[in-house]
Amino acid sequence: MVDRSIKKAVLRVRRGTANDEGRYNDFEVPFEEGMSVLDALRWIRVNLDSSLAIRYSCINANACKTCMALVNGEVEYTCIAKLTPGIITVEPLPKRPLIRDLVTDTVPEEEKL
Amino acid sequence: MPNLTTDVLIVGAGGAGMYAAIAAARKGASVLLLDKSLVGRGGATVMAQMTVAAAIGQQEPDDWTIHFEDTLKAGRGLCNEELSALLCEEGPKRILEMEQWGTRWARENGHIKQEMAPGHSRRRCCYVDFLNTGPAVAATLRRKVGEISEIRRISNVTIIEIVTKDGRALGAVGLNVLDGEVVTFQAKAVILAAGGLTKLYARNSASANMGGEAYALALWAGAELVDMEFVQFFPIGHLAPRLVGMDPIMWDPFRYKLGGKLLNGQFEEFVDRYGGTDFGQYTATRDLASYAILKEAEAGRGSPHGGAYLDFRHIPENQLRAAFGPVIDRLLLNGIDLTKTPVEVGPMAHYHMGGVRVNNHMETRINGLYAAGEAVGGANGANRLSGNAITEAFVFGERAGSSAAEAAQHLHVDWEPKLAAAAFERLNALRSRQSSDGVRPVALQAELQNLMWENAGPFRTGAKLAAALARIQQMQRDDLPNVTVTDETVYNLDLLDWCELRAMLTTAETVVRSALARNESRGAHQREDFPDSNESMLKNQVVELRKGEIVSHWTAPVQLHPGGKSHG
Ligand SMILES: Cc1cc2nc3c(=O)[nH]c(=O)nc-3n(C[C@H](O)[C@H](O)[C@H](O)COP(=O)(O)OP(=O)(O)OC[C@H]3O[C@@H](n4cnc5c(N)ncnc54)[C@H](O)[C@@H]3O)c2cc1C
Repeated sequence: MVDRSIKKAVLRVRRGTANDEGRYNDFEVPFEEGMSVLDALRWIRVNLDSSLAIRYSCINANACKTCMALVNGEVEYTCIAKLTPGIITVEPLPKRPLIRDLVTDTVPEEEKL
Repeated sequence: MPNLTTDVLIVGAGGAGMYAAIAAARKGASVLLLDKSLVGRGGATVMAQMTVAAAIGQQEPDDWTIHFEDTLKAGRGLCNEELSALLCEEGPKRILEMEQWGTRWARENGHIKQEMAPGHSRRRCCYVDFLNTGPAVAATLRRKVGEISEIRRISNVTIIEIVTKDGRALGAVGLNVLDGEVVTFQAKAVILAAGGLTKLYARNSASANMGGEAYALALWAGAELVDMEFVQFFPIGHLAPRLVGMDPIMWDPFRYKLGGKLLNGQFEEFVDRYGGTDFGQYTATRDLASYAILKEAEAGRGSPHGGAYLDFRHIPENQLRAAFGPVIDRLLLNGIDLTKTPVEVGPMAHYHMGGVRVNNHMETRINGLYAAGEAVGGANGANRLSGNAITEAFVFGERAGSSAAEAAQHLHVDWEPKLAAAAFERLNALRSRQSSDGVRPVALQAELQNLMWENAGPFRTGAKLAAALARIQQMQRDDLPNVTVTDETVYNLDLLDWCELRAMLTTAETVVRSALARNESRGAHQREDFPDSNESMLKNQVVELRKGEIVSHWTAPVQLHPGGKSHG
């Protein structure tokens, strides 16, 4: 049968909007070999905290190019950033205006309401 | 509350929506092109990695009528022949137009290169290297749309209701994801191009935005849906090991090109046991392979994750490298070495044949309400040939855009703010259920996905479908009005999830009811309790909403008039 590893990963996620001071929340996520950081963020929304704001669309094709964030300080697509056991820091893109949590303003100007 | 006005409002900006926008603007209409995600990035179009089928006849002699025959054959008697003919006849124009707009179809010897694909009797499938068809066509259309000043694009607004009055569409109500505000849109014509429904299933190849909202929006607005039982399950979607950064259906062309073997958990070839030939030859039509894989798994002969092995170990490494190109390195990054290990594959929800019922101008029975792309039902009948879906998105998008723009010239909008009141109140009621605990919409979505996979998946029985229907109705009655949301205003995904869940439940109900009523197996609809096709069911099932209840009737498939073209 499927080998269910009991390893854990901890996502240390930067929360908040441009109008508050921000904070970090730690989320413990069951780790399976090959998981992406986005898999973990989606797991958090379903199982721990649906208020976490994230932006993504294609989930694992790396085609939509909308899921970028800072993973351990590096700009990455969270769908191809591999999860590892232990602590992983996830923060919003630093050079984009912050909307909330991991969502930054990446919408082209001419597509705004 | 922002209120925007346009001639043509387009809901969903995938291949169909963007093509429709270009076509409508070409006819002089002002266009509002909306997407809940980002324009050109939210749906299936940008994810497609394989091919686009069109009888351009550059690789070998071909004709749209041959493509048409192949399409009807796969559709098992249920195609709306007018729509299939439109798809096949206009496909070549759209492919060539896309090339003019900058899509670099793979070429050889001075012509567009066309490959063979299952079910096609000619080499007619175009593509962009390398596994880049969807991203390339999405980029072409995004650029083209951006060049046209009559098209206004809006991202991050999700449509939650089509506004109608006296059998006419007048616009829509949306939710701005960024700030949670309600936005209304007045339009002379509305095009539903919001894609398919495969997110209803736990195992899927879907993006986050494919919850079948187009179908629910159409139904609520008074339009009909057709063939909702026909969900296509792609037989060899990737199951394990976890593969990130690649489309889960990427194996198909490689299996085709290289003769990858499908093996059961005991490493035996098995598809032939179910009536297909599969020894090294890729000829099993999609539904047969799904059937075979799940039957083996059910008999206890599946791979560890409940699918089958796809094995390339018999193929020399240099040949693998030549065929897979850069993909082989991406696989290695994922820890997958094809010379040493087979991967696990299995059926997953991939495409929807059913959808909004339209005439050959893409118009529903609601005046001014159109549909395009995967949202449309009928062109592919009970099963779809690979490569037909993107062609369908282009062709139906173009047709819907031109038809809507023409109609808009003669229509005016009788907008009244009170028409949006019901949607507005529904959202207010939702916001009043802000709480720091309670069941969230996203958790119910996950439950619905499992329910649909277990009970309305590739293998169905009356008992399982009835159980699914009972739980769906209960979720609509008890859960939907009681789930809570967090109190955020900015980018509150709970609100979005709830709107999506509401549509998903309606759409799931139409799938389950239609599947329950079709007491036979045909194409992608497989009933274990009715394993054979029944000629008396050579009919399409049409569903509509009557007094809040989903009701259905049967109708004879639309046939093309002898002598060809029936469409204008
Ligand atoms: C992984 C994958 C691979 C595929 N490969 C192929 C292939 O090789 N060849 C082929 O022919 N077909 C393929 N298909 C099928 C094909 O891609 C689709 O059928 C086609 O692209 C659908 O185009 P569309 O424009 O109708 O919908 P989509 O491209 O799905 O676009 C729909 C858009 O509507 C938006 N939307 C949804 N709901 C709302 C709402 N309520 N309000 C506002 N916006 C909304 C979504 O965000 C999305 O952007 C593939 C599908 C998948 C999933």
